[in-house]
Amino acid sequence: MAYEEKRAWALAIIAVVGYAVYVLLVLGRADGRPLAEVPYAGAMLWTIGLGIVAGIVSGIWFGIAARDDGLQSDERDREIGRFGEHIGQSFVAIGGVSAMALAMVEAAHFWIANVLYLCFVLSAVLGSMAKISAYRRGME
Amino acid sequence: MKPTKVTNSIRALRFAHGEMKQADLAQAIGVTRQTLIAIEQGKYSPSLEVAFKIARVFQVSLEEVFQYPEEETA
Repeated sequence: MAYEEKRAWALAIIAVVGYAVYVLLVLGRADGRPLAEVPYAGAMLWTIGLGIVAGIVSGIWFGIAARDDGLQSDERDREIGRFGEHIGQSFVAIGGVSAMALAMVEAAHFWIANVLYLCFVLSAVLGSMAKISAYRRGME
Repeated sequence: MKPTKVTNSIRALRFAHGEMKQADLAQAIGVTRQTLIAIEQGKYSPSLEVAFKIARVFQVSLEEVFQYPEEETA
């Protein structure tokens, strides 16, 4: 498996696990209250921060594991990388527009922050899935 | 994504050139072994530059390495 394909798998898994942990933490704190009143900022910042750290650590780990394999990325990896980013980018735009709409209707900060976080996660997962699919099935 | 329609004879050319290993050819043309495998299997069309490098390694013309079938007209 190519170094960049391993990284795509790692980023998808980290994004899903991080978001699942965040959702469980927030729901655990709800305790019958409306969700918009649940303290979420700490859990969100920690899961995002740890996700970034885990992404960097996994990249270093795969790099060390493949240190004897010579070249680790080339034109195909860059092409697939751009393709994945392109797919993922659409969800960043959807998140931005959704957050803007929620702000306009003066929704609670909870919902604005959460729609942004969800779309970042979907962007990372969809982008990674697109890369993995391109690695597995090929691209023209 | 659909696999490419371009076919190639890289595998045959490697065997004709002293059973050259994929890793050696990949190193010679500056791509990863996984990319060379993808090219051989028709899952990836390389850039023109890489295509020329492959042809140069085997000292053959580009069309002896890569083939593109004629489109069927309706």
